[in-house]
Amino acid sequence: MRRWFPSPMLSIGLLLMWLMLNQSLALAHWMLGGVLAIVAPVLARPLQPHGYARIARPLALFRLLGMSAIEIVRSCFNVSQIILFRRADGVNSQFIRIPLDLHSPHGLALLSCLINMTPGTVWVDLLPDRHELLLHVFDLHDERWWVETIKTRYERPIIELFEAPPATGQGGKA
Amino acid sequence: MNAIDALPWWAAVTVAFLLVLGGLITLLGTVGLLRLKTFYQRIHGPAITITLGTGCILIASMVYFTVIQSRPVIHEILIGAFVLMTAPVVSMLIMRAAIYRDPRTGGAARVARDTTEAQPPSDNQDG
Repeated sequence: MRRWFPSPMLSIGLLLMWLMLNQSLALAHWMLGGVLAIVAPVLARPLQPHGYARIARPLALFRLLGMSAIEIVRSCFNVSQIILFRRADGVNSQFIRIPLDLHSPHGLALLSCLINMTPGTVWVDLLPDRHELLLHVFDLHDERWWVETIKTRYERPIIELFEAPPATGQGGKA
Repeated sequence: MNAIDALPWWAAVTVAFLLVLGGLITLLGTVGLLRLKTFYQRIHGPAITITLGTGCILIASMVYFTVIQSRPVIHEILIGAFVLMTAPVVSMLIMRAAIYRDPRTGGAARVARDTTEAQPPSDNQDG
């Protein structure tokens, strides 16, 4: 089972993508999409240096994505407001550093995508010496609030997502 | 253009509202490019374009074609998913390239060291 479906989520995603692209629920497309869903993950596996991600709780992933969607809309309005009404000199853009406990490479990738999707924050670099995230904030008002928000609202759910079974260890090598 | 005449009024209002809103948000992202002073501020402008701007236009497209063709048309979700997956990577690449090329910071290590000091340097004074 695991040999043929190294990543069930990826297979389901590919099948859904195929059906959506063809806009059809015909049997032929289910079969073609099924072949794609089985063959593509197996062929692409050697390209993944850390193996496929094991997601412990898919529901938690959707909750995280929903939460960040709300956050994206809210910060969109904040950034638009600043662009429209604030003088450019008055925008307090700063680099801040956030110590991270997350080590899973898949988790870090997800965290960086979520942070960069949200307007107003851009992930700059992961400083290797003390495992700190260097983040650029568009309009900084309270550095501690940002550290708290990233750690509690983003990092903790992602750690639960990817590092829940301690037996597989960091990186979740499949 | 008979298709537009066949559109019921509520769908027309929804589609028009979403298109205008999406267009305005996209315009706002580019206004940000124009108004903001430094590179590090300007990188935040297009972020609202790729999220809410594309989102509104894609939802408008979904509503329009669903009503016109009387069947659910949802494959615009794929466009949204791929834009949301690729745009963050691009912005991270651009940001890191800027950091490493910036003569004032002299590489990410310098920025990292500076931010720990008591008085972190602000990047909005010069540009």
